[in-house]
Amino acid sequence: MIMPYEAEELFAGLGAVLLLATLIGQTLKWRSGGEASPAVENLNQRVFAWWVMVALIGVAFLFGKGGVILLFAFASFAALREFLSLTYTRRSDHWALLAAFFVGIPVQYYLVWIEWYGLYSIFLPVYGFLMLPVFSALRGDTTRFLARIAAIQWGLMICVFCVSHIPALLTLDIPGFAGRKLLLVAFLVIVVQGSDVLQYVFGKLFGRHKVAPSLSPSKTWEGLLGGVASATALGAGLWWITPFSPIEAAGFALVACAMGFLGGLVFSAIKRDRGVKDWGRMIEGHGGMLDRLDSVIFAAPIFFHLTRFWFVP
Amino acid sequence: MLKRAAARLLGMSVAGFARAMTGVLPDWRGCLPEPRQRVYVANHTSHGDFVLIWTVLPHAIRRGTRPVAALDYWGGSGLRGFIGREVFNAVLVDRRAGQSGEDPIVAVVAAANSGASLIFFPEGTRNTTDQVLLPFKSGLFRLAQAQPRLEFVPVWIDNVARVMPKGEFLPVPLLCSVTFGAPILLGPDEDKAAFLARVREALLALRPTERER
Repeated sequence: MIMPYEAEELFAGLGAVLLLATLIGQTLKWRSGGEASPAVENLNQRVFAWWVMVALIGVAFLFGKGGVILLFAFASFAALREFLSLTYTRRSDHWALLAAFFVGIPVQYYLVWIEWYGLYSIFLPVYGFLMLPVFSALRGDTTRFLARIAAIQWGLMICVFCVSHIPALLTLDIPGFAGRKLLLVAFLVIVVQGSDVLQYVFGKLFGRHKVAPSLSPSKTWEGLLGGVASATALGAGLWWITPFSPIEAAGFALVACAMGFLGGLVFSAIKRDRGVKDWGRMIEGHGGMLDRLDSVIFAAPIFFHLTRFWFVP
Repeated sequence: MLKRAAARLLGMSVAGFARAMTGVLPDWRGCLPEPRQRVYVANHTSHGDFVLIWTVLPHAIRRGTRPVAALDYWGGSGLRGFIGREVFNAVLVDRRAGQSGEDPIVAVVAAANSGASLIFFPEGTRNTTDQVLLPFKSGLFRLAQAQPRLEFVPVWIDNVARVMPKGEFLPVPLLCSVTFGAPILLGPDEDKAAFLARVREALLALRPTERER
């Protein structure tokens, strides 16, 4: 799979956007006279991390399907590590945890690699969910058993199963779209992450009314509506890299952004429950891998199946 | 020569492996990583504890820092023994020497006299209980008495016990953190109980807020 020519234009565009963001961030810092406010400092950290993330995705794209699968397999690993670090498990879950990391992740991504749709879409929800509790049960420790196995299962669901549906887009045989499938991955990631960024920007500029004050202080109606509307427009504008018409591209972008927002809410609730602000410290300015992926995690499987339902004969 | 190269390579692999598994990051809360003689006083729940501290120390400081480790575990003749002696340059103490032979703290004081920084576990043994911290042994106080100008830096290592529970041999990847507190010096008239209590409090203060594990 070679990089389609549209990808070069896409990365050039992303580079231009990041350049603009860098200029804005550095100007704000310069105007404040060296002593930048924490918000500006955080903005610059975020922009820098975006440079790194875009570069990583670019390198993965150069290697085609294998590169993208490997990139998201590592993302799954980092995400699952963050998730399970914050959940309650006991010594008796050791083998279940080992299996989740060292069988669950490699097998799931191998199945995506060999494009075995029939198995990668059920491997974790059927075989994984049934076998993992067995490992824990065999150790005979029943203390908070249900909570323990539920946490491990849900971790696998969101960190591995859902994330693997991003590279799984490369396995869809869409008529007339052969050789350009990488662009579908780019479309999903750009639209959903773009929606996150735009919600943040609209929220900072106009945010007044909180959507869910008990979950997250930073999610506002103004940010949500402005962000999702502009990200939907962004998706429509990117129709030329997809198999969709402009209207369809807008529809798919809207669904992906809505799911992304809901994912962010659910993850905020989990973080509140565990008493933390961020999932980790892996990506400076952003928090952990899950803080960056939360929206894409909820959007990916839905986007995958809608595309498969309507565009794969 | 070959041995040094092998030890360096192995040291880098151990640190790399520790990072890959635990994503460990240092939190220098009470002091900065400075190349001065210090005793890092840490809680002890796993054989991986000093590996994590060693991993997060800058290279220049790593070289002069020696963990105080159990002879029976890290002093063998196999790979583990090689790692213990050549990679970590551990001060190996015989925990069973209480009844016979040399007092274990003598070797530790000798290492401190030579100017080395130390990684020291005041509980004396791995904590595999449900208690947060075991009672401290007297070793820490006797080291402070022998070297009253030594800085003791409390270090809280979080989550390692879950990565590698007792009796398991494969580690599970989970995030760990290493938090460094403010240095503590033995007061002029401070007695054993007061000093140990002070270090203990400082160590417990570094624990991440309880998440009802």
